[in-house]
Amino acid sequence: METTEKIIGSLPDSQGHFGPYGGLFVSETLMAPLQELRQAYQHYMQDRAFLEELDQDLAHYVGRPSPIYHAKRWSEQLGGAQIYLKREDLNHTGAHKVNNTVGQALLARHMGKSRIIAETGAGQHGVASATVAARLGLECVVYMGAVDIARQEANVYRMRLLGAEVRAVESGSKTLKDALNEAMRDWVTNVDNTFYIIGTVAGPHPYPAMVRDFQSVIGRESRSQMAQQAGRQPDALVACVGGGSNAIGLFYPYLDDPEIAIYGVEAAGDGLESGNHAAPLCAGRPGVLHGNRTYLMEDADGQIIETHSISAGLDYPGVGPEHAWLKDSGRANYVAVTDDQALAAFHDLTRIEGIIPALESSHALAYAAKLAATMSAEQIILVNLSGRGDKDMHTVAAREGIQL
Amino acid sequence: MSRIAKRFSRLRAEGRKALIPFITAGDPIPEITVDLMHDLVSTGADLIELGVPFSDPMADGPVIQRASERALEYHVSLRDVLEMVAQFRQLDSDTPVILMGYLNPIEVMGYEQFAGQAAEAGVDGILVVDIPPEEGGELQRLLQAEAIDQIFLVAPTSTKERIQRICDLAGGFVYYVSIKGVTGASHLDLHSLDEKLGEIRAATDLPVGVGFGIKDAETAAAVSRLADAVVVGSALVSRVEALAEAPEKIGASLREVISAMRLAMDRAE
Repeated sequence: METTEKIIGSLPDSQGHFGPYGGLFVSETLMAPLQELRQAYQHYMQDRAFLEELDQDLAHYVGRPSPIYHAKRWSEQLGGAQIYLKREDLNHTGAHKVNNTVGQALLARHMGKSRIIAETGAGQHGVASATVAARLGLECVVYMGAVDIARQEANVYRMRLLGAEVRAVESGSKTLKDALNEAMRDWVTNVDNTFYIIGTVAGPHPYPAMVRDFQSVIGRESRSQMAQQAGRQPDALVACVGGGSNAIGLFYPYLDDPEIAIYGVEAAGDGLESGNHAAPLCAGRPGVLHGNRTYLMEDADGQIIETHSISAGLDYPGVGPEHAWLKDSGRANYVAVTDDQALAAFHDLTRIEGIIPALESSHALAYAAKLAATMSAEQIILVNLSGRGDKDMHTVAAREGIQL
Repeated sequence: MSRIAKRFSRLRAEGRKALIPFITAGDPIPEITVDLMHDLVSTGADLIELGVPFSDPMADGPVIQRASERALEYHVSLRDVLEMVAQFRQLDSDTPVILMGYLNPIEVMGYEQFAGQAAEAGVDGILVVDIPPEEGGELQRLLQAEAIDQIFLVAPTSTKERIQRICDLAGGFVYYVSIKGVTGASHLDLHSLDEKLGEIRAATDLPVGVGFGIKDAETAAAVSRLADAVVVGSALVSRVEALAEAPEKIGASLREVISAMRLAMDRAE
């Protein structure tokens, strides 16, 4: 009989490597605080009181478990597999991001850090960080590219209402990647009292593993909910991938079920062939950025290039190192969906199911629709509906020439 | 003996400390970098640190970030930087040249190819900011095969065990980052500097250089009393920036700063 090695629990190694990916590529000043974080994280993830507190927060503050919803009408119209949605859009603050910020902020408090910093692109992670900082009474500084600030005014205002200071980043392309650089610079300067809450499964070890572990609640809940509601597990999982935190959160608890297909959906922007996209796994190559080795969007000289997606949350030139490993190992498939395809799915779900999805999640929906049509009505696709679309009203309206 | 070791042993014999200026290759225009390197040497630089432009310089403050951005407007690549070093070597075969930058351009070129081409161009040392010893094994092996020193950073946050580990791997000299922060940040604390240098010297016989936060001749002189080498970056690059529209004046401006630092350091002995 063939024996297959288990994936869950085996990666990363002690230095944060997922095969050739991940690792610890930072300047020396950050090595000590990263080690401190690693030790605290390992300690508290075994600490019963900490885990109970986390569960309480997830239940009563975030509103977990998030429901799973069978999108019957949409499935019927697509004429193939049944589509189920994991409703992360119903979490407090409207997206999966808060699962991670609740966990990291709790860790920050236990480590005695009084100040929180975060980077944000669309503003969802910034809002989720400002939210937990407000609740715990911690100082909060959010770095955001000047370009993103201009296109996400409402979220900037939300963060300020929550008491966070939003600092505009004017360097480089003035978007998410530059906000991450600037947050790292802040951290290196204020290591003694500051906790850096990274919003995705990228960055130096232990962030990719830690954020994955906090987000894995999505997949763990899904396993028991699917068993209850559908009487079985899905045939395929679909989630959008920018940095990849909502995707790994759903995928991780299913990695050792090889019969369940896994699809990560990147942003193809104007199309992969146009060059205007944000799909490093589909069209990039391995390199080192933001503390880890992973697939990147880069030019022939190794400079990081600007990305494009209608969804600000997918507009990032890198991707979590575990996804890079899952791609190479063949356990997960990575595909890409264009702006137009994502918008079509956005409208379909809104009109057919009465659920307005985030543009990020609309990428996953668009691919699920395509996949469903190739499958039978007895089969099931579980899609991670990672966030709600209220934040995207301006973007969608502007695309249709409507000024709000 | 490597050019770096030779230079430090000569300085020691003369009872002097090394002055190591940093400029970013290609800033503000690629044509003047080699001339600027000669200018730095003519007024008292002992080694030269040449920055390799990168789109995402995470460990650098705003001054050196903008220097990278100016150079990248001309698409200055790692290959271009190696060519500049080769050109510099045509007139100067003694002054050690150290490349400072980030890992990704080297990853893209390939470690082996990079090590070979750097040696051929006349590069003596490499400082890759975002590759700690934990990740640096393969690159170091290939650099050693080409007799290129890999220079590592020690930070205020480095523990005694880490300092020992870094010093065991380091070549050329040990570079102490004198502040918690990015390049060009607030000024340093001489007392804690002295303490940390003591820890480093207990771990190695290599020369110890100090950088990050040295803004003027006075600080350079004070640091040179404690360390074997003083690295000056942002203070020079901000002059380059001020004259970016009049590049013909940059050489004279840099010569002025370096002369003043040289004088102050030599008097401090």
